[in-house]
Amino acid sequence: MAATNIETWQSATVIETLPVATGITRIVLEPSMPVSAEPGTHIDLMVEIEGEAVKRSYSVVESTHGGTRLVISVMKAPLSRGGSIFMHSLIPGARLDITQPLQNFPLRVGAQRYILLAGGIGVTAIANMAAVLKRLKADYTLVYVGRSRNAMAYVDELSELHGERLETHIDDEGSSLKVPELVGRADASTELYMCGPIRLMDAVRRSWVERELDLPNLRYETFGNSGWYDPEEFIVRVPKLDLEVRVPQGRSMLEALEDAGAEMMFDCRKGECGLCEVRITELSGTIDHRDVFYSKRQQRLATKMNCCVSRAVTSATGAQSDAAHAGPAVITIEPN
Amino acid sequence: MTVVAPTSSTTNKVLPHPLNAWYVAAWDHEVTRKPMSRRIANRPVALYRTEDGRAVALADACWHRLAPLSMGKTMEKDTIQCPYHGIVYNSAGRCVSMPAQETINPSATVPSFPIVERYRYVWIWMGDPTLADPELVPDMHQMTSDEWAGDGQTIHAACNFQLVLDNLMDLTHEEFVHSSSIGQEELSESDFVTVREGNKVTVTRWMHNIDAPPFWRKNMQDKFPGFEGKVDRWQIINYEAPSTISIDVGVAKAGTGAPEGDRSQGVNGFVMNTLTPETDRSSHYFWAFMRNYALDSQLITTQLRDGVHGVFGEDEEMLKAQQAAIDANPDYEFYNLNIDSGGMWVRRIIESMLAAEGRLVASA
Ligand code: FES
Ligand code: FES
Ligand SMILES: [Fe+2]
Repeated sequence: MAATNIETWQSATVIETLPVATGITRIVLEPSMPVSAEPGTHIDLMVEIEGEAVKRSYSVVESTHGGTRLVISVMKAPLSRGGSIFMHSLIPGARLDITQPLQNFPLRVGAQRYILLAGGIGVTAIANMAAVLKRLKADYTLVYVGRSRNAMAYVDELSELHGERLETHIDDEGSSLKVPELVGRADASTELYMCGPIRLMDAVRRSWVERELDLPNLRYETFGNSGWYDPEEFIVRVPKLDLEVRVPQGRSMLEALEDAGAEMMFDCRKGECGLCEVRITELSGTIDHRDVFYSKRQQRLATKMNCCVSRAVTSATGAQSDAAHAGPAVITIEPN
Repeated sequence: MTVVAPTSSTTNKVLPHPLNAWYVAAWDHEVTRKPMSRRIANRPVALYRTEDGRAVALADACWHRLAPLSMGKTMEKDTIQCPYHGIVYNSAGRCVSMPAQETINPSATVPSFPIVERYRYVWIWMGDPTLADPELVPDMHQMTSDEWAGDGQTIHAACNFQLVLDNLMDLTHEEFVHSSSIGQEELSESDFVTVREGNKVTVTRWMHNIDAPPFWRKNMQDKFPGFEGKVDRWQIINYEAPSTISIDVGVAKAGTGAPEGDRSQGVNGFVMNTLTPETDRSSHYFWAFMRNYALDSQLITTQLRDGVHGVFGEDEEMLKAQQAAIDANPDYEFYNLNIDSGGMWVRRIIESMLAAEGRLVASA
């Protein structure tokens, strides 16, 4: 049966943990109620951050034996979300609460050509798709980009499995990806699936639009955890609620407001639905829009933001020294 | 539905349907630019054709608030618009327009099901799409062959699909259910042979030197005006998993060599049947009667279609009553007769398909 988006929670046991690249650990889970995971699925799981249970999403890299083994991979990313530190501390035998596989990024069978594009840890969402396309003998190219080879998980395994169909682009080996060249290879019957940093995905989207390709053939998954700038601590003021809240690096503005007792509206918590939108009445600094709900035009206006993923930084160059004033960015908002 | 593995001595009264299989969603002419809704394997499906005539099957529930897409309208190229807030999807089930915002939520999709058009039918695959191989569409070539002519209809059968398969795999019921048209006592008296090969089962029955029942007397006279006398009659039931049965039926002038392969002195038809589970308690039963004589007579096509419609109406009544009795008597078992061998092989094959999908529970 097709995977759903209805969360069915179960427990899972950690069977194995293994470093697979610099800062990336492969975690094999044994779920208590196994179902096999379609390509493109992820699981939600509860991590512990400072004693509090918080939900995080991880792509299913691999599912074997009818789903009795689920593999995820976690990158240690101290600057964004605190959950990765917890995940890296897991040892075999540990128990977790996880959902059955959830589907937000379905692979359509039957396209004439596929380009799969993985940037960095985004490979976790793409690897299973590539394996299925290989099994189906589909016409596909797997493009894997990274900063340096030893930070790229599974690069050897993928090369063994996909041979010539794998194309790697590695910045410090001088083989960086030329996005217009890649998109130039797509035609009307090509579907491109991608997961990676927002800059990469945005460049692909711009090329895609320039080439007047059908937007629905450009498929991507975002967990809202990648931005244009490194996350900084900033201040959010809500005069209506008489609040001033500090948003630390490792926490979202939505979470920080909730922590402070504000009753916030939200749904997806990953920048897709637009329900967590707040109106900006004053800003010292720049908004790092990390959502996919707003158009570029709307983002430039900087009058609203989706607070589940978007943040504030001190200056448009990302450098503190360019800021108009020292200290953190400050946003004043009216919640919806 | 609790279903036990075939190693058990109890016979499952009704069965769930395998999902990794092609089922007929509709006759080709039913699917048009105006969307239609049909429940298939328990799921509502919206069916329509694209501007260039391709059949499309999407889950009949909009991603947003689950409004039925079948109530919407088809738009340019391969798209369909939800009737409620106007979200537009393409044939892959992907949102191409969200009227109330400047961007498209990347998660906005509805499931789209693989489709094959073949043998005058639109076939659909409800299970794992990575397994949907068009080569697996059951053989119903008589439906579109130059050597056969005929037509058919759809019955909405108020029973589990397996009960219809049982009905078609054992035709001794004709003597009792269809006594005025094709039934005769020789059916129960004559021997039959059941052969199972892979996902196919064949049940062959010959009745030698008998009187032709009314339906067959008329067909003989259509081909051989004024025909009277004894006939040799055959019924060769060909099942292909999960739910297609084509029955090679006919009569020939007795003793002219039909059992040995010379059917020139007879008339031959194929009763084409294919079942699509609608729910666990109802089925779409697509049938046609194809013949290999008087190919250009629309009169005979219509007469045969109406005649078979009458015969199958008798089955429909019986099946509905049987399903009601099954549900009203949950404590009673099914017992089996020797004549059930064909149907029992069908059950065995379906149960093994279910087991492969992990949907059959072992008996306690
Ligand atoms: S909650 Fe959906 S965009 Fe923020
Ligand atoms: S229910 Fe379809 S657009 Fe709202
Ligand atoms: Fe019958």
